[in-house]
Amino acid sequence: MLATSPQFKENARRAMADPGLQKALTTAKGAFLQRRAAAVERLPEFEQLRNVGRDIKNHALANLDFYLETYAENVERAGGKVHWCSTPDEARAAVLKICRDADARTVTKGKSMISEELGINDHLERHGITPVETDLGEYIIQLRKETPSHIIAPAFHLNVEDWEESFRAAHTDLPKDRVFHERRDLLTEARARLRGKFLAADVGITGANFLIAETGSSVIVTNEGNGDLTQTLPRVHIALASIEKCVPTIEDATSLLRLLARSATGQDFSVYTTFSTGVRREGDLDGPQEYHVVLIDGGRSDMIGTEFQDMLRCIRCAACMNHCPVYGTTGGHAYGWVYPGPMGAVLTPSLIGVEKSGHLPNASTFCGRCESVCPVKIPLPNLMRHWREREFERHLRPGAMRTNLGVWAWFARRPGFYRWAARMGIAALGLLGRGKGAFKSLPMAGNWTEGRDLPVPQGGTFMAQYAKRQREEGRRR
Amino acid sequence: MSKEAILGAIRRGLRRGELPEDQKAMLRARMAAPPRHLIPARSRVSRPEQIALFIANVEKEFGTVERIPDLDAVPAAVADYLAAQNQPPRFAMAPHPELQGIDWSSRPMLQFEARKGEASDIVSLQSAFAAVAETGTLMLPSDAIRPTTLNLLPDVAMVLVRASRIVGAYEEAWDLLRAERKDPLTGGFMPRNVMLVTGPSRSADIEQTLELGAHGPRMLHVLLLDDDPGAVAHA
Repeated sequence: MLATSPQFKENARRAMADPGLQKALTTAKGAFLQRRAAAVERLPEFEQLRNVGRDIKNHALANLDFYLETYAENVERAGGKVHWCSTPDEARAAVLKICRDADARTVTKGKSMISEELGINDHLERHGITPVETDLGEYIIQLRKETPSHIIAPAFHLNVEDWEESFRAAHTDLPKDRVFHERRDLLTEARARLRGKFLAADVGITGANFLIAETGSSVIVTNEGNGDLTQTLPRVHIALASIEKCVPTIEDATSLLRLLARSATGQDFSVYTTFSTGVRREGDLDGPQEYHVVLIDGGRSDMIGTEFQDMLRCIRCAACMNHCPVYGTTGGHAYGWVYPGPMGAVLTPSLIGVEKSGHLPNASTFCGRCESVCPVKIPLPNLMRHWREREFERHLRPGAMRTNLGVWAWFARRPGFYRWAARMGIAALGLLGRGKGAFKSLPMAGNWTEGRDLPVPQGGTFMAQYAKRQREEGRRR
Repeated sequence: MSKEAILGAIRRGLRRGELPEDQKAMLRARMAAPPRHLIPARSRVSRPEQIALFIANVEKEFGTVERIPDLDAVPAAVADYLAAQNQPPRFAMAPHPELQGIDWSSRPMLQFEARKGEASDIVSLQSAFAAVAETGTLMLPSDAIRPTTLNLLPDVAMVLVRASRIVGAYEEAWDLLRAERKDPLTGGFMPRNVMLVTGPSRSADIEQTLELGAHGPRMLHVLLLDDDPGAVAHA
């Protein structure tokens, strides 16, 4: 997928001026927050479980080589095949080869973010194989030739009018004057449409939320049932998974599953949580005859042993973006690659390079909501700060910023001067703004005041007020 | 070889070589006796309360539950439910000995075939391996007697659940599978597929608003067989 992350600023500006997108964001934002909060309230142990989840993933990552080898042995014992792929190129080639060996004409797909990362659909299409997205959100995104704007709700940016318009444009064999009374009518039309595709597909491709070393299982989590139809009906099932999805045991996956749905959609458990292990057994009446796992590194192993290793704990619940004021303002497409929001701001520089995506970790006020809701306690603001440091070290920030930071650092290392300068600054601003209440614009801070006013400072500096209070308290004692 | 490249890169990151044999043995022991993590207190209750919790959670997730005293009550329960829902008295049934052993003659109007699910099926009858009170979840492992397609293709999925097979937490359902199942292919306990099903199919992809009946069943009806004397609440 071609990244537009270098144009984050322009993307964000366009997003904020897009009335349709802003409407969709306003509709959708509150729902996720309320549902998650309610689900967490229903489970008093949720906070403790976050520690459990963090520790499980840390243990898995610290022994990832061992668990991956064990996992692969167990997949093969169950009649499956593991395709180890270092790069996206290798993974695309592996998927294409499996499809060709199966003489596949159409391929159904369950929702998978790694598939977006690899650009599987384009690759298959270029080679004459038709991929059909079956998750409702992914289906409309595919009809509209867009990309997902959210990792669990791909059509987060669309309004019901957009759905109607796309369905009318795509399903031309249905009566033109049909009426969509409610959302359910859209759902029913998609269901009928996709039934035939499920049955006709030669290969089904899904992602994986977890891989389980102990049993060689891949786990998917869906509400629609599309992922299960995708992996049950065709003769060949391909599971795409990146290496950090591997956990040791069913018990470990179970604890993480208790966190996943609650953090994601605010459900206690998703409707379908399915463990797939190998091929159809003798006597089984259904299920695939071939089971392939395309296991992808794609830059993950480079993160191990660095300050970004914590990011590999991510279970892709999207709580961070649901709670992010920046995501809530720009939507997901502005981030310019596969993963938006705070997790994207940390992961994207790791996977496509900070020189292309340096704006992302900078587009944060470090408000900390993402970290406070992360089910596996990834210190997202800290990791964004690490990217800023790396950018600074590598001279990727503009010269003016380096100069300003240099000036600030000079003062910061000299507290006496710093306080004196702060006092002078505040006094000057107070004098200039006398009787005004707030500045609508300020020289050299035009970008900042474009979006908000700066209140005229009142009273002394923080340090002066703090010292005064300490003195007063001392007197009271 | 990409396998070696990936494992090598991971080991370089972890600043070590392949794990020594004693550490591998420790990790193997952890897998052989998986540590039990925190189990939420909500399911640590008496048997009658666990059953009540299961029912409440199925209903919370938009499923329905009917309690029946024994297997003989299944035909009437099925016929009456389908009639009440305006559904045809026809269904595809799992070729499970328990379901096949039922005397269906009391309801001669009911037509069924014991087989896997087909795209044209409107109603199915499945048999659960176990169920989990914690979230009202059914455990449906694939098997010759429990085809996966019956869980997915029909509009209306009916599932027989024995009260004696309702456990509190997911871990306890996995314990049953570990103890009772031996896979012919791997020698382990996992079948090709285990579905954990919680309510009927749904989607919130349109404006984040929940709608039931996406690609799977629009209705999920549990026939709860009260075969556990300890689980019946004292009146």
